[in-house]
Amino acid sequence: MTAIDVRNLSIDLGYGLAKKRILGDVCFAVEAGESFGLVGESGSGKSTILRCIARLLNAWDGDIKLEGRSVNDMPFAEYCRMVQMVFQDPYGSLHPRQSIRTALQEPLRIHRMDRQVERMERALIDVGLNPDFLARYPHELSGGQRQRVAIARALILEPRILLLDEPTSALDVSVQAEVLNLLADLRAKRNLTYLFVSHDLAVIDHMCERLAVMQHGRVVEIMSRDVLATGEAKDPYARELIQASLEYDHAV
Amino acid sequence: MAANSLSMQDGVMSGRRSNPNSFVNRFLVIIRELLGNPSSGFGLVVITILLLTAIVAPLIAPYDPNVINLANTLKPPSAANWFGTDELGRDIMSRIIYGTRISLTIITIVSVIVGPIGLLVGTTAGYFGGWYDTIMMRITDIFLSFPSLILSLAFVAALGAGLENAIIAIGLTAWPPIARLARAETLTFRGADYISASRMQGASSLRIIIKSIMPMCLPSVLVRITLSMATVILTAAGLGFLGLGAQPPLPEWGAMIATGRRYMLDNWWLVAFPGGAILLVSLAFNLLGDGLRDALDPKQH
Repeated sequence: MTAIDVRNLSIDLGYGLAKKRILGDVCFAVEAGESFGLVGESGSGKSTILRCIARLLNAWDGDIKLEGRSVNDMPFAEYCRMVQMVFQDPYGSLHPRQSIRTALQEPLRIHRMDRQVERMERALIDVGLNPDFLARYPHELSGGQRQRVAIARALILEPRILLLDEPTSALDVSVQAEVLNLLADLRAKRNLTYLFVSHDLAVIDHMCERLAVMQHGRVVEIMSRDVLATGEAKDPYARELIQASLEYDHAV
Repeated sequence: MAANSLSMQDGVMSGRRSNPNSFVNRFLVIIRELLGNPSSGFGLVVITILLLTAIVAPLIAPYDPNVINLANTLKPPSAANWFGTDELGRDIMSRIIYGTRISLTIITIVSVIVGPIGLLVGTTAGYFGGWYDTIMMRITDIFLSFPSLILSLAFVAALGAGLENAIIAIGLTAWPPIARLARAETLTFRGADYISASRMQGASSLRIIIKSIMPMCLPSVLVRITLSMATVILTAAGLGFLGLGAQPPLPEWGAMIATGRRYMLDNWWLVAFPGGAILLVSLAFNLLGDGLRDALDPKQH
């Protein structure tokens, strides 16, 4: 089954001569249980696509279908329990004046779910944190711990699709690996579908089976992970990007 | 606050510690900070004295503020009447002590009216944006473009003179700056990831405004209300002076100055003491507001 199906997604800003194309006819499909990467340089539109799917941006044309249904036709409550998102900056994605308990309990209250305390403790244990953390505030946690809380919050509604917007780029390298392994474990356990945005090809290589390379708001090539190792991309820009990433890795 | 971030290190794995964000703890930290600074400490002390005076006014006032004693009119300050007596022989000190109740009533009711209205208008305008924002901000523009005393005058003239109407009039003129402030704060948080996350979890706009945005705006709104209390006192005194606020024989400070004005040249104490009280209290609120701004600003730590 196709979990995410994006067809001809475009965004234009401005009118007449000042009209500017932000996204142009983006098409890709992600199978259920698959992890799909979006890579490209800054400003290539990766996060914008994610925000369209997350319904945080509404001024787009085209078609976004989740499990066969258009996102705009779906009741919002049902949508929330199907898709959740993890943001890039763990310092900005948790409310600074809300305890972890409040952050985790809010979605449960909104959706009137049962066994709330049990679910909150379970969610923290699943991301490798002690349930004692419920009483803490975000400023008392490290960046990695905050991102774990953000992942726990995204998973507490038991979504089937997780949108990940560079979830590790704001973290320390050693913590990056921990969070990536956690995400890989969670996907294996819960059979989640990931749409993973990153500019780091090594991260995508580790996390995703297939990926789309983006440039200037367009998908230039969709390829499987194996191509990253061989560097035999068809598109010249994709080839250049992979080459540059390999050289960088060698240099480091 | 520095101690909190240092002690964070040792409890990372267990997470079980006393909660530094609890309301009482934060309140004590803020009080300590205010007292640490001479000017805000002065403000806090004066306002505390004002509060206590209002509570125990009947106990500490030497005379009844409204008893007329025509045998004892216009007496200068003396051992019997510390602040002298007015043209009807009433003790000025007792009247000033009872006047604290009126001033505090005005300040409290105005704050209770103004805070929620300003916060609600500002946060909704900032959060929803669009035409709602435009309409709300043009309305606040209209209110802001009048000097507040003139506007209160117009309202009191329309509603009729009296303390209640003066309070309503001041309340109606004092909310626009707070709405502006709350809107500006909301605009800075509106695009934050935690708001997006909350929206993705299915939170309604009302829930986001009340649970996520209002707590972020509250500190600056609190500071702004404290600072505007000085203006409220001055406006109330001004309305009293013009005969549109508290009516005789209520011992309102502005009204006391108004009646004392006729005898001012020969009997200075009729206006000097109520004037000094107004000066002291509005100065104290200004200093306290400044101190609160520093104490509540997380960037200062």
